[in-house]
Amino acid sequence: MSLEKYVLHLADNALIYSQRLCEWCGHAPELEVDIAISNIALDHIGASRSFYQYAATLIGNGATEDSLAFLRKEREFANILLVEQTNGNFAKTMARALCYDTFMQLLYTAMKNSKDEMLAAIAEKSLKEVNYHYRFSSEWVIRLGDGTPESKQKMQTAIDEIWNYTGEMFMLSNIDTEMMANGVAPDITALQAPWLQKIKEVLAEATLVLPESGWMHSGGKNGVHSEQMGFLLADLQYMQRAFPGAEW
Amino acid sequence: MTITKEIIYNYLQNVFDPEVPVLTVLDLGVVRDVSISGQNVEVIITPTYSGCPAMDVIATNIKFELISRGITHVTISTILSPAWTTDWITEAGRQKLKQYGIAPPQYKVADNQANIKNVPCPICNSQDTKVISEFGSTACKSMYRCNACLEAFDYFKCH
Repeated sequence: MSLEKYVLHLADNALIYSQRLCEWCGHAPELEVDIAISNIALDHIGASRSFYQYAATLIGNGATEDSLAFLRKEREFANILLVEQTNGNFAKTMARALCYDTFMQLLYTAMKNSKDEMLAAIAEKSLKEVNYHYRFSSEWVIRLGDGTPESKQKMQTAIDEIWNYTGEMFMLSNIDTEMMANGVAPDITALQAPWLQKIKEVLAEATLVLPESGWMHSGGKNGVHSEQMGFLLADLQYMQRAFPGAEW
Repeated sequence: MTITKEIIYNYLQNVFDPEVPVLTVLDLGVVRDVSISGQNVEVIITPTYSGCPAMDVIATNIKFELISRGITHVTISTILSPAWTTDWITEAGRQKLKQYGIAPPQYKVADNQANIKNVPCPICNSQDTKVISEFGSTACKSMYRCNACLEAFDYFKCH
């Protein structure tokens, strides 16, 4: 029961983040950036499919990757708040991407040692792709931070605004604690120090100021989401809800 | 007819990657095993890139190929581990990629080289190339430009 919930949390992170990234398709500042963000979004959809398929086998009862992605309600989604935030401008998207990609690199690296073979396999595969994502986001933060006065100001604002959503990545939910105890989930609290170290290095190279840490948003892992999650799900799930069972 | 692994692998040489149609599924290294039980054939494949939509097409094409050869009971199974890597692309596959105009992966992932090395131009062979973007038209490709012959080309990126 808890394993299903943990796998769904991983799947939901990937799906919701991908949904946000897909909103850039056709609207990015440059063609190559548009293609890159779309590719990154696709990688995350792929990971979410692997996680949802696994969760479906654990849940049984006719559950499929599609029913889990398109028919669950807001309070059932266990993604962190960071990934459901609106994209904002390109700087804000890159600020979030840097924070999330850095975390995912550490998480998947640790998850390769999970006692759960499927999670270890998915982590090993996804880590290869996250390495490319990390290069993309960190290089853009550096380019924009160490760029023109305007790009620097926008990039600093972006980092400052996303900062108090980053804490949730390291906060333990009950499911996390239980999964850690049986060797399935990595200890996310142990990832915080290396995460902060990497972020500091990138921000230093980007000539940006590290925000002060204070109060952090949370609740996503327990299904308590920001207002925009409702709009996001309306977009994501509209077709299945309007035309149940519709297929290509 | 007794179905053997050899027969099946022979048939699989007719199944091509829909995105890079010069490569067979064997060149790509996605076929992990073939399991035969009487008239039932199971082909076990491993996905390349997580979100790659071509994998679904490849699975379907493998099934169609075998059914068209008179094998009525075909199942395609997917395993995730060990993870597919570009190291599994055969030497023949690499040559085909280059001839097709796509620069093949530059190094063995197993050798753990993290940096992007110089990718030679598949058209003029010059080492003077630059990366435009690590992300290209498909999940497997990066975009490069040759500074010598000025052509843009795809690079099958190391995974």
